[in-house]
Amino acid sequence: MSVDVSTVKRVAHLARIAVSEADVERMTGQLNAILGFVEQLDEVNVEGVEPMTSVTPIAMKKRRDEVDDGGKAADIVANAPIHEENFFVVPKVVE
Amino acid sequence: MTDLTALTIAEARDQLKAKAITATELTGAYIQAIENANDALNIYVAQTPEKALEMAKTSDARLATGQAGALEGIPLGIKDLFGTEGVHTQAGSHILDGFKPHYESTVTANLWADGAVMLGKLNMDEFAMGSSNETSFYGPVKNPWRANGSNMDLVPGGSSGGSAAAVAAHLCAGATATDTGGSIRQPAAFTGTVGIKPTYGRCSRWGIVAFASSLDQAGPIARDVRDAAILLKSMASVDPKDTTSVDIAVPDYEAAIGKPLAGIKIGIPKEYRVEGMPEEIEKLWQQGIAWLKDAGASIVDISLPHTKYALPAYYIVAPAEASSNLARYDGVRYGLRVPGKDIVDMYEKTRATGFGEEVKRRVMIGTYVLSAGYYDAYYLKAQKVRTLIKKDFEDAFHAGVHAILTPATPSAAFGIADQDMAADPVKMYLNDIFTVTVNMAGLPGIAIPAGLDAKGLPLGLQLIGRPFDEETLFQAGYVIEQAAGKFTAPKWW
Repeated sequence: MSVDVSTVKRVAHLARIAVSEADVERMTGQLNAILGFVEQLDEVNVEGVEPMTSVTPIAMKKRRDEVDDGGKAADIVANAPIHEENFFVVPKVVE
Repeated sequence: MTDLTALTIAEARDQLKAKAITATELTGAYIQAIENANDALNIYVAQTPEKALEMAKTSDARLATGQAGALEGIPLGIKDLFGTEGVHTQAGSHILDGFKPHYESTVTANLWADGAVMLGKLNMDEFAMGSSNETSFYGPVKNPWRANGSNMDLVPGGSSGGSAAAVAAHLCAGATATDTGGSIRQPAAFTGTVGIKPTYGRCSRWGIVAFASSLDQAGPIARDVRDAAILLKSMASVDPKDTTSVDIAVPDYEAAIGKPLAGIKIGIPKEYRVEGMPEEIEKLWQQGIAWLKDAGASIVDISLPHTKYALPAYYIVAPAEASSNLARYDGVRYGLRVPGKDIVDMYEKTRATGFGEEVKRRVMIGTYVLSAGYYDAYYLKAQKVRTLIKKDFEDAFHAGVHAILTPATPSAAFGIADQDMAADPVKMYLNDIFTVTVNMAGLPGIAIPAGLDAKGLPLGLQLIGRPFDEETLFQAGYVIEQAAGKFTAPKWW
């Protein structure tokens, strides 16, 4: 499978990355080189093979559903580009 | 006085305990060495000399009262991927501009609890995506090694290029690193250092900037096998904050060093003999086989038939996980924000400016393979292939093989701004052809320097082990190290 210019634009938007026409042109070639490389997997017969979900054969640990951390809003927003009174500030979303 | 930066961790540990040197003197020697070398080599992206001296002072107090930890007073460099409280943590990226976490990663917290001293943060490929350290927002690291009679700058490998170069140039006693497809072992091989990626689940991933969560593992890069064993012992732990951290006690890895290889069976996989591999690498591999055999190991030929599919499967799984993990960089919660006309425009501009070319490429591939209609054809298929790759190894281990010997990389270090690699991203990806299988199967792998090529550049061998059997890797790796000797880059910087 390969991608065309309009697919690359659609994927860039899904990935929330702004791209110029020149970017799209260059990326189309590079993404197709990578997709061409991974096409080798078509040679492998995977009938009846389970997809891997965990690389270690160990059941995921569980813990009690209890609050054991928190109350540190100031720490959470400390690295935000813009914050006010422990809120993240973003451009207006709702009209 | 002798150069304190020439001491291995084991040597420094003994001298500190014997009070022949102090942690403050040792740390001071490294701070000076970094100051002298960093402009030339671009290894540290953030230096923390004041913090280092403060930690050294505490270590000296603990050494004086006999309360020394396992790494008391040992100065380390930390890959920029590890969250370090109040200290620059940017994963080599522009998008994390100014990020200083309010938490400490479990791995680094373990090191500080054992008395280690932090010298600063080490350069790396952006978000650990790269094999040359050239994708870093901070520019490439220079390999301390140069070819005989040449002054051409070489890459240190990647993504842990800063970690490997720092250890090779003696700008730290040892370094933390991470490995998603070969990012510890390939740079170790390129710089004549020892790097081990432990079994998936051995080191906690908590507080480490995520790339591909099902593949990422932390591990050390060190000057020799013993130092790597000492560091891994401290880095590894069972951590309730990482659900994939495995509940198995951490053994004393150092105790495995020096044990004889009698009864150990080493597998040699025929699929690791790839087309176009230099004669020198094949020769080195044969030499490694001979060394292990001389030491009493038995050698058997094995087959890992799905080897060639590991790299293509990786380039679906890793970008898919990365596209999901990197969705958090949106200009809202931390790092860079580029204003836009509305919130979506702000996201898109922030990510276009903040991510470098390679990161964008992988996020795009990942987004594409996970998008509606393509998931089964790509991601699900790749995860099935991954099951087969793991089964290849399991079959070999069930047949009695304790460890597998392979070359670490298909070449020695190459030049910075290599034209072939710049033109074709897949060419760069092929650097990980021998290492990536190990991540796909979640196994431990160690790279050990085994010789120099005709140009005088280091080459490494890789040992792959059974899950949670890092001890056999240290045991057999030490045999290779004893036979091959150690390699130090001649100082030119």
